[in-house]
Amino acid sequence: MLNPQGPIGTAERGLMLHTIELMLIVAVPVYILIFFFAWKYRASNTSAKYMPEWEHSKMDELVWWAIPLEIVLVLAALTWTSTHELNPPNPIASDTPGMTIEVVALPWKWLFIYPEQGIATVGGLTIPVGTPITFKVTADAPMNSFWIPQLGGQIYAMSGMVTTLNLMASSPGTYSGYSSNYSGDGFASMGFKATAVPQGDFDSWVAQTKEGVMALNYPTYQSLAQPGTIDAPFSYASVADDLYDKILMQFMSPPSVPGTDMSSMPGMRM
Amino acid sequence: MFGLLTFQSFIHGPIETIPELMVVGGGVFAVLLITYFKAWGKLYREWIVTVDAKKIGIMYLVLAFIMLFRGGADAAMMRAQQAISMGPGTGYLAADHYAQIFTAHGVIMIFFVAMPMMFGLLNLVVPLQIGARDVAFPFLNSVSFWLTAAAAMLINFSLVAGEFAATGWLAYPPLSELQYSPGVGVDYWIWALQIAGAGTLMAGINFITTILKMRAPGMKLMQMPIFVWTALGSMLLVVFAFPILTVTLGELSLDRLLGMHFFTTDLGGNVMMYVNLIWAWGHPEVYILILPAFGLFSELVPVFSQKRLFGYTSMVIATMCIVFFSFVVWVHHFFTMGAGADVNAFFGIMTMVIAIPTGVKVFNWLFTMFRGRIIFSTPMLWFMGFISTFIIGGMTGVLMAVPGADFELHNSEFLVAHFHNMVIGGVLFGFFAGISYWFPKFAGFRLDEAWGKRAFWAWVIGFLTAFMPLYALGIMGMTRRLDTIDPSMGWHPLLVVAALGACIIGLGVLFQVIQLIVSIRNRERLAAGGDPWNGRTLEWATHSPPPPYNFAHIPQVAGRDAFWIMKKEGTSFQKGSYEDIHMPTDTPLGFVIAVVAGAFGFAMIWHIWWLAGISLPIIIAIIIARSLSTHIEHVIPSSEVARIEASYKQS
Repeated sequence: MLNPQGPIGTAERGLMLHTIELMLIVAVPVYILIFFFAWKYRASNTSAKYMPEWEHSKMDELVWWAIPLEIVLVLAALTWTSTHELNPPNPIASDTPGMTIEVVALPWKWLFIYPEQGIATVGGLTIPVGTPITFKVTADAPMNSFWIPQLGGQIYAMSGMVTTLNLMASSPGTYSGYSSNYSGDGFASMGFKATAVPQGDFDSWVAQTKEGVMALNYPTYQSLAQPGTIDAPFSYASVADDLYDKILMQFMSPPSVPGTDMSSMPGMRM
Repeated sequence: MFGLLTFQSFIHGPIETIPELMVVGGGVFAVLLITYFKAWGKLYREWIVTVDAKKIGIMYLVLAFIMLFRGGADAAMMRAQQAISMGPGTGYLAADHYAQIFTAHGVIMIFFVAMPMMFGLLNLVVPLQIGARDVAFPFLNSVSFWLTAAAAMLINFSLVAGEFAATGWLAYPPLSELQYSPGVGVDYWIWALQIAGAGTLMAGINFITTILKMRAPGMKLMQMPIFVWTALGSMLLVVFAFPILTVTLGELSLDRLLGMHFFTTDLGGNVMMYVNLIWAWGHPEVYILILPAFGLFSELVPVFSQKRLFGYTSMVIATMCIVFFSFVVWVHHFFTMGAGADVNAFFGIMTMVIAIPTGVKVFNWLFTMFRGRIIFSTPMLWFMGFISTFIIGGMTGVLMAVPGADFELHNSEFLVAHFHNMVIGGVLFGFFAGISYWFPKFAGFRLDEAWGKRAFWAWVIGFLTAFMPLYALGIMGMTRRLDTIDPSMGWHPLLVVAALGACIIGLGVLFQVIQLIVSIRNRERLAAGGDPWNGRTLEWATHSPPPPYNFAHIPQVAGRDAFWIMKKEGTSFQKGSYEDIHMPTDTPLGFVIAVVAGAFGFAMIWHIWWLAGISLPIIIAIIIARSLSTHIEHVIPSSEVARIEASYKQS
């Protein structure tokens, strides 16, 4: 994270360092004062001034309500602007047209669907350098959190819901990705590698992937979604068009039990 | 007959069997020990039936220390696992067992170590500091303690029968729903917290009433010791926050028991609702713990600086600001859940606002030391340890309050380091300071200074060694709750350092045990009079340990630092003839209610419906019977008071 490889990661690191600088304005003097006072006014130092009844000073107290207040005001301004700038759904400005990757957190592996390319990968992510990428994140599992620290911050993956995270890699390389929210026994195996490659390499990687034999459709997806970890990343040469919507809609629709019409139940969200 | 409970529930894998045997063995050993010393009668008469806040306070502390060993053992197991694990399937703990351990560690440290320690100190100190003879509702106090103890036993029993939750200490759904956690683990978690939570809520009501209605004549609100103010703030938070926890757990258990859909992924349930609710309780909970620690530092810094507290009014205002703002920051626990920028920015800024009153407190302590004559006894050392670690934790906290920064730190080891910074460096060091400061008051003798200082240094060095590496690991991208570590990540050197730190902390705990033993042995030499530290507040105006009625004469309060004023004006000695004193009568009903409540919880966990069906009406019947009883008070005649007072003068 201290070695960011994308605009979002760089901005977030800058924000962190800036915040730390602001806080040190108070923290450093306080540290010095604590140890100085503790040394100077130790009981054995009888030459130090002793004012046992001094308990109040409007001016002094005003000063130390004011100092943290001012720093918090500056921090608040910084927070307001940076939170709006770094809001995960914000698209990244770039001359290169963006692409979308659909992310599904499964127990305990990541499924990446490339809707524009019609392919999918499990446990490994390949992206073109310099292309803004919109991750549409959901889950078919307990709550996870999708995070590639060197590219930028994370977002939760939740069943039946889509969260959006925009990231971009500025230079080629392999970056570690994680789930940061505990999701059960295989959680520790949810790490993955995000590989950023030049556009040409990406295109040939897509073409190569399309030559594979495995197809991802709802039945193969359902066996993939069973709890379990994977030994190595693998890919699918084709993906059913409506798969991502189907994954989402599993949680929206009532189970189809013959003879019952659950959609008429009060409070049903369809 | 026994619901889901079968013989198989008691059979565990080889590693899980060790703690199971320890719990059973520990229980058997305790029973044998009590029998050997023929202490059953004494245990019953002096402790089980007591409604005396001071004894209840001591029992809270004993419970906290027993559970500290349990929670500490969990911590050591986690540190060992992460230090030796080299990739998937390695290490000595299975994934599910590891998850149970980190869940139990968090739950135990917050609910059954930090909370009982706080209530222990409140029980011991608040009535004395306001010049009262007991709390407002002594029987309720006994119920509160025993419910907490019953809940702690229930958690420990999960090592024997069944399993504990493997979900993390806040058991986020859908992981904690039946779909993903079909076992009884989450139910142990739910019912232990429901029972402990009920006790906590009652204790909250009890202390608010005590502080508002039972103060000695003359003590205005703005003359209360700051510890009492922070206790009031903390208990207000309890009363507002704990009902949220009760409802949230209730809804989760309806999902699990009756197939409802509050927090399920399907049929309209919403996990985000749970996350909001649990943190609407969870964030105030942090301040429930830290406020009394702030308060007791405001007591002992003046005493050991031999100077009045600087900025009393600022301290009160700051405390109440923290109480208010702690309810408008909960979203900062999940900036990454996809709320809009406006929402995230608002909660981020509110979180920073809390830093202002906290900063004011720090400055006021600093200027209490300024131009004082500081004596570095153990309690003051704990203050120095607190303040120098707390500032780091405060800064990392503000850092994570900036949503853009939090996206890169959330759920990483950086977060783990931050909250341990606050809970160990802040809360625990605070309570250790409080215990070493008030120990002479309730024990009658001081704690050994040399061992106290050794324990202090081991804790501080151990804490820094264990948790500073975690900050670095978080920045390196290591997420929390990993049972196995990929060796290619390069995290191992720091994890080994952290494990070493845990060992040093263990040494600190060992030194504390030695300190206690050494102090008990040398109690004659360490004997403390009523006022061993040249104190300023009313608890030092009576004997150590105080008689059952606390004060033979209720003190008249003339201002802040009431006892200091008495000493200055020469009115500190209690004179005049003694009067009859009305005191609440001991009763075993609090204990009985807790035992039945424990049985109810157990029945709900294991679906033993007949037991649940019997136990609940029994509790209600006891409460009704107790409400109708008129034999709840007795009189200590003036002659007996005179005899007790004379016995203190002789010794």
